[in-house]
Amino acid sequence: MSEFETRGQRLVALCLLGFLLFNYPILALFNAPSTVLGIPVLYAYIFCAWAVLIGLMAWVVEMRG
Amino acid sequence: MLQGWIIVSTSFAYLGLLFAIAYYADKRADAGRSVIASPYIYSLSLAVYATAWTFYGSVGRAASDGVGFLPIYIGPTLMIALWWVVMRKILRISKENRITSLADFIASRYGKSALLGGAVTVIAVIGILPYISLQLKAVSNSFTIVLQYPDIVMPAKLGAMPLLQDTALWVALILALFTIAFGTRHLDAAEHHEGMVAAIAFESLVKLLAFLAVGVFVTFGIYNGFGDIFGRAAAVPELMPMLAPLGGVAGDYSNWVWLTILSMLAIMFLPRQFQVAVIENKDERHLNKAIWLFPVYMLAINIFVLPIAFGGRMHFPAGSVDTDTYVLTIPMAEKQELLALLVFIGGLSAATGMVIVETIALSTMVCNDLVMPVLLRLRSLRLNQRPDLTGLLLGIRRGAIVLILLLGYLYFRVAGEAYALVSIGLISFAAVAQFAPAALGGIFWKGGTRRGALCGLLAGFGVWGYTLLLPAFARSGWLPIGLLEQGPWGVELLRPLELFGLKSLDQITHAMIWSMIANVGAYVAVSLSGSPSAEETRQASLFVDVFRSSRTGGGARFWRGTASVPELHSLLARFLGSEAADEAFHGYARTRGLRWPDEEFAADAEFVHFVQTQLAGVLGAASAHIMTASVAKEEALSLDEVRAMLDEASQIIVYSHKLEQNSQELERATRELRAANVRLTELDRLKDEFVSTVSHELRTPLTSIRAFSQILYDNPEMAGERRAQFLAIITKETERLTRLINQVLDLARIEAGKAEWRVAGVDMRALLADALARMSQVFHERRIAVHLAVPERVPAVEADVDRIIQVVLNLLSNAAKFCEPERGRVEIALVEDGGFLRVDVRDNGPGVDARDREIIFDKFRQAAHSPAGAQGSGLGLHICRRIVEHFGGRIWVTSRGGEGSCFSFTLPRAEATLSRQAA
Repeated sequence: MSEFETRGQRLVALCLLGFLLFNYPILALFNAPSTVLGIPVLYAYIFCAWAVLIGLMAWVVEMRG
Repeated sequence: MLQGWIIVSTSFAYLGLLFAIAYYADKRADAGRSVIASPYIYSLSLAVYATAWTFYGSVGRAASDGVGFLPIYIGPTLMIALWWVVMRKILRISKENRITSLADFIASRYGKSALLGGAVTVIAVIGILPYISLQLKAVSNSFTIVLQYPDIVMPAKLGAMPLLQDTALWVALILALFTIAFGTRHLDAAEHHEGMVAAIAFESLVKLLAFLAVGVFVTFGIYNGFGDIFGRAAAVPELMPMLAPLGGVAGDYSNWVWLTILSMLAIMFLPRQFQVAVIENKDERHLNKAIWLFPVYMLAINIFVLPIAFGGRMHFPAGSVDTDTYVLTIPMAEKQELLALLVFIGGLSAATGMVIVETIALSTMVCNDLVMPVLLRLRSLRLNQRPDLTGLLLGIRRGAIVLILLLGYLYFRVAGEAYALVSIGLISFAAVAQFAPAALGGIFWKGGTRRGALCGLLAGFGVWGYTLLLPAFARSGWLPIGLLEQGPWGVELLRPLELFGLKSLDQITHAMIWSMIANVGAYVAVSLSGSPSAEETRQASLFVDVFRSSRTGGGARFWRGTASVPELHSLLARFLGSEAADEAFHGYARTRGLRWPDEEFAADAEFVHFVQTQLAGVLGAASAHIMTASVAKEEALSLDEVRAMLDEASQIIVYSHKLEQNSQELERATRELRAANVRLTELDRLKDEFVSTVSHELRTPLTSIRAFSQILYDNPEMAGERRAQFLAIITKETERLTRLINQVLDLARIEAGKAEWRVAGVDMRALLADALARMSQVFHERRIAVHLAVPERVPAVEADVDRIIQVVLNLLSNAAKFCEPERGRVEIALVEDGGFLRVDVRDNGPGVDARDREIIFDKFRQAAHSPAGAQGSGLGLHICRRIVEHFGGRIWVTSRGGEGSCFSFTLPRAEATLSRQAA
């Protein structure tokens, strides 16, 4: 399998992971009126998961070799 | 300082800056030093996705439903992860086929169908026009609001402006000017607008900075960070539902999912996104960085949306200020004039960026896929005979730009505050989502046909119009509202918002479900029920197998017919201008190693394809096809022929791959065979040599035995003394014969691996003494002095006693043979040498010549310089070597000419020494 295909498959996997993270039922777990460091837990979760996902995408794309 | 003239002049200064940037980038592009050939510019230009709807509307939406706006930005993040697979393919297809727009892409895929291209264009214009209006409205509203400073008054309360004082009109006109200046400067076969892209990238930076500035001001200036805002919001009872909004104010989870899917499709098929992502792309590799940079941009522009929304809700009494204007009104209420101005400019950049790119994309579609195909078919216009059509093309595009912007303005004037405008963002998304089945299906599925794509598109668009546009019009009061409540003709099952009784979904989800069912269903069903034409089959193969087809000759291999080079030249000159046409011809000739026009080349299939592709870059595939056909007489290929060609091509690929594999295997096999052959030849030669040597060795004693026997037989009267002498010779020769045969048999057994080895611990001291005892008679007879030197304790070796004795005896008898009687002296020494025991047998014979030292251990090789009379089979030393090597030792000879020789062999020592065992 070429490096191109490997990256493609990793990115597809990340897309599926994103679908899982930003969907029922995972999302429902955080849909509660509590807070983390003063920030509503749902908002904190969405933005953190989003940032992590982007980080993983950058890692897959920029990784050498 | 927020007087009208300052705002107006700042706006003009900003637009002037855009003009300057675009102008500079265009000049650099002309000089061949592109400023936009960078993944960062590419990523920023993708951010044209964030419009005024994002800039003002996100906060507005967040203020009422919390996280409901987020799928619009999370969806593209998920989609862009798939770009590595999907967008790379679209980019490659578009570059090879010189695709000029989304309509062109879809039309080209389904047999260069002008009808399909036209349908896509119409849908895009209808779907996007209100979206453009929304941008004009945003600029106009924000301008009006800023103008009222220090009061905060909503524009709706001010009533409609007179036409000539309406900011939106002036914005529309200025943008038309900009778009014409940088979108239709000249006809470019690659359809790149570098100046425009540079300006868009700059606008993306401005709107991000402006939004972040407001965000930081609200979060850290007015409040003390995120925790403070949310903490105070939690104390406000009416804001409570927004802290866990899913399943509540933000709608159902299904709503969330469909919004995500919708945005995933929008990021690919909004005409402006297709324009910046595909048409303006300079290098496929820019995709790599964009895959994560663009999501970072979206994350950044959304971080402060919720704080601003909550801040606004707490800042203004409910209902006094439109939530969509919080971004602007909060700084105004806080008397932050500079910040308010920056926000206004940010909103302006978000709106203008979208309008400019969208208008270019739509005008290209209108020109190439709507107007030109019609004009070219109208024979009465005689377009075929006009020498230069570049002016006409540019004119149509410029006209389309002005028309689209004025239509957008008109819609804004008519719709105003109506529902049909406010909710248009997502409605536009849903319209362009209808392109997804035909476009995505087209690049992965060869079975999709033109009729299927057309039916799917129309069905999906029809359902979209019925379930989204119709209700929007009804709510705006343009259609009777009863249509929504009772359904058309009172048929409840057909109510547009609850089609076939599908209830409890929000309208976007509802519309997406039904339109996608209709669209995909019609596309697949109609495609499968018919069969594609030759042209469609060919294009399907070029699109789906784009990474393969370039290796098998691309589109050229499907063309058959006759054409002439001058005619093709004049055709190209009409649409590109004669200079560009000349340049294209020069370029093509160079790839053939020719100098045009001095050297002619044939108008073969490849060349006709080249011309058609050049034309397609300006006209779109459908029109280019019509135009080329008018000059080149193409023989129509039947479907069977195209299929045969495709089969052939794919088989050729498979075959050539197999062939390559086979030839590699063959090469390897050949190499192995050759090596085996060399070895066999050598072995054969050795065998022949062996047989001849053995026969020779056997014949010598046999000859003498026969001769002496004959003499004895012929002379029965022979004297007893002589008879005894002869018989002794015969006996001796027979012994020699027996010994030889024994050795041959012995060697054969060793070589065949059938020799028996009885391995045991051997005490070399005893072994040497034993061997010497057996030979003592010989040495004694020849009067040769023998000296044995062994150390007191030696380790044992693991070996076969009989075999080692055989070796020692052989060396001793050789020594005895070669020493001169009387003066001869043989020394035997046993030495411990590292992990080995070494036995040296030294004599003072003639020595072994340097050339012979290796070969004497070979089969049947005796030293060429051995003294006359020394007899032997030539097998003895060879057998010794086999035996010693069998036990892991080594045998060799050292010698100095004339000073005797020393035969040595080693054997590896066993673990325990004998002396210790004895102790």
